[in-house]
Amino acid sequence: MFSYCSDPSVLDGFAWLSCYLTTGTHMLFYASFGVVLLLLAITAPIALLFGYGGAMASRSRIAPIRWFGRIYTAMVRGVPDIIFFLFVPIALDQGLEWLRHKALCDSDAPVRQGNDFVVCAAAKLPLSTSPEWVHDIYAMTLAVIAFSVVFGAFAANVLYGAMQAVPRAQLETAEAYGMTPRQVTRRILVPQMWTYALPGLSNLWMILIKATPLLFLLGIEDIVYWARELGGAKTSSFAYPHPDWRLYYFLVVLVFYLLMTWVSERVLGRVTARLTQGQATLAGEAQRKAVAP
Amino acid sequence: MKKLLLAATALALTAGMGLAQTTVRMGTEGAYPPYNFINEAGEVAGFERELGDELCKRAELSCTWVKNDWDSIIPNLVSSNYDTIMAAMSINEERKAVIAFTQDYLPPAPSSYVALQEGVDLEGGVIAVQTGTVQASHIAETGATMLEFPNIDQVLAAIRNGEADAGFGDHEVMRPFVEDSNDLVFVGEQVKLDEGIGVGLRQSDTELREKLDAAITAMKEDGSLNTLIKKHFGDDAQTYE
Repeated sequence: MFSYCSDPSVLDGFAWLSCYLTTGTHMLFYASFGVVLLLLAITAPIALLFGYGGAMASRSRIAPIRWFGRIYTAMVRGVPDIIFFLFVPIALDQGLEWLRHKALCDSDAPVRQGNDFVVCAAAKLPLSTSPEWVHDIYAMTLAVIAFSVVFGAFAANVLYGAMQAVPRAQLETAEAYGMTPRQVTRRILVPQMWTYALPGLSNLWMILIKATPLLFLLGIEDIVYWARELGGAKTSSFAYPHPDWRLYYFLVVLVFYLLMTWVSERVLGRVTARLTQGQATLAGEAQRKAVAP
Repeated sequence: MKKLLLAATALALTAGMGLAQTTVRMGTEGAYPPYNFINEAGEVAGFERELGDELCKRAELSCTWVKNDWDSIIPNLVSSNYDTIMAAMSINEERKAVIAFTQDYLPPAPSSYVALQEGVDLEGGVIAVQTGTVQASHIAETGATMLEFPNIDQVLAAIRNGEADAGFGDHEVMRPFVEDSNDLVFVGEQVKLDEGIGVGLRQSDTELREKLDAAITAMKEDGSLNTLIKKHFGDDAQTYE
């Protein structure tokens, strides 16, 4: 990074530290904060979509769709997250490779050979020849899917509950005005359910933030991976030898997560206040009275 | 949603339908200096990086390096996430049941006990090891109480904070830690455990094994392997005749 960093062994004090904190591995560590934020930014809307789909399916008049929605929420909620995070990416990866093997390979060789799961070179996903970033994006995509499936199920349950909480009288009035079921859902049910859903959803968001270190389990180099890797004692094989500094690195990660949740609390507080406006709930009533003279 | 899924599947199926040229993906742990570690630039470095690149050159393969945690390094090889393991993996019977090995590229390495002072009870005390290593299998057979950790850092931390009476690990990995520190010492006798260190491969991958075997043989014959071993492990390291 800096010109004086070419021979770290002669440096000390601040110069050493400034060189140490700007090494390639530290840059990757800083970038990994972005990876976590990116995962959150992509996963949250997709999980919400899964949740909305699940909740609507659970309320459906058509029995098979209703069963699908109920089974989805019940099954995912009933299995430990960690098992899903380990299962979904492997199952998805091998499933897709198997499909590609059937479609793209000439050989009839089975994909399972003894202990090995082998597909032909053209069916590999991503291809062995792909550059490293393709592998990274692929791994990230699998992680996003795993997170979305799990958090989608929880969101589905929250939204389902919120939809049930909207007073029946509101919907009845809409029906009395001659709205179709679709119109009732769009105009009356959905706008009113958010105020009931928000406490549950904000809880989920907090849990999602705190679940991101699980990325590390999926082989993605997130902040926990780098904190452990960089903090570990470095012997003289390295240019910047140092004793075990994991404590300090984990402290940085800890502060990052605290900041994340603190900012989230504030934003969610504002959103709640906004959504409560004009609602026939206790909080909405309180807001109305505070404004009225 | 359905359309999205279909589109995603179609994309996944057709992505990179072009010519698939063979690139060998080399799996390693990247946390076991001086065998393999991540250098300051964020790349895999160490003895195995240099040896692996040389083997690929001789076997006329194009190779890339992949990092993987030690715990899952064999399962991910078997499910074809990468094609080889070069991660100081000792050849033993237990592993040969699951994966194949080339001939050894390092002679059987001694393992050593490390502790804070002389005279700890190595037979009945608490010994820290890295999980899934040959050293762990060895301690399981002695009378000692075994504490397993996912990496060598945590083994050393356990010795320092008194959780374990001693640690047991590969001598070459422990040596720099002991030499750099002013508290750790080698105790007891060295133990020889394995049949040497080799490249791990899928059992179905015989073609790649033959290529790498030939390259290792060539490097043993012209002495370049010994030069490389001395460069990374010092002049006292064990070499091939």
